[in-house]
Amino acid sequence: MWQLGITLSLMAIGYYFGRAAENKHFKSIRKREKKYRNLPAVTFKSLPPEQPKPTDSKLVIGSTVVSIDYFKRFLGMIGNIFGGNLSSYESLIDRGRRESLLRMKKAAKDADMIINIRIETSMIGQSANQKGSVGSIEVLAYGTAVKF
Amino acid sequence: MKLSNIETIPGKNITKFYGMVSGSTVRAKHIGRDLMAGLKNIVGGELVGYSELLQESREEAMKRMVAQANEIGANAIVNIRFSTSSVAQGAAELYCYGTAVTVE
Repeated sequence: MWQLGITLSLMAIGYYFGRAAENKHFKSIRKREKKYRNLPAVTFKSLPPEQPKPTDSKLVIGSTVVSIDYFKRFLGMIGNIFGGNLSSYESLIDRGRRESLLRMKKAAKDADMIINIRIETSMIGQSANQKGSVGSIEVLAYGTAVKF
Repeated sequence: MKLSNIETIPGKNITKFYGMVSGSTVRAKHIGRDLMAGLKNIVGGELVGYSELLQESREEAMKRMVAQANEIGANAIVNIRFSTSSVAQGAAELYCYGTAVTVE
């Protein structure tokens, strides 16, 4: 009986604190995305035509490890029974990707453009080897920062 | 050492190709960090300890790749790719590879 109590309280903690943390994170992501709006970051393999000759370039990397909260994991388990969209996981991965892209842009400092962006997602952590469970994911974003 | 993940170094000409260079690290997590991550799993969000750990290991892997390229006399690595795999419980392998070249 008390095991159920622990599970329920963990879920409550996960729900309240997890949601608050997620909202805060998304707010900060939106704010920083606005700041980097004038740094073009593209997935082209080469520089777009009609650009000046680049003078400098470097590899830039950004990575994040994010984990899902207890409540959302429970929602995910229920969702697994009925199928369909798992929106609780969608927001987790969205968070990780956008944060990684922002870190990559931060690493680019005074570059004028980032080309050939690649994003990679991998599962790490304790539950990585268990079938059908996403515990924590790592998102890696990398590209070549070019200065004209 | 110039690094890029496209086929050339922007604004430079490749004069010589040497072949593939790579570097990898397998890192296990710190027990303290693991405990913290376990707690953080309840509320979700970023696991800062893991983020830092993977970043450090990735830098180490890149350092090994660059050392290899230095050894064969290249001055740039192009078309770099990264990959991460979890080899054992609580350990991650970070691998990066690219083509060592000389640019003018």
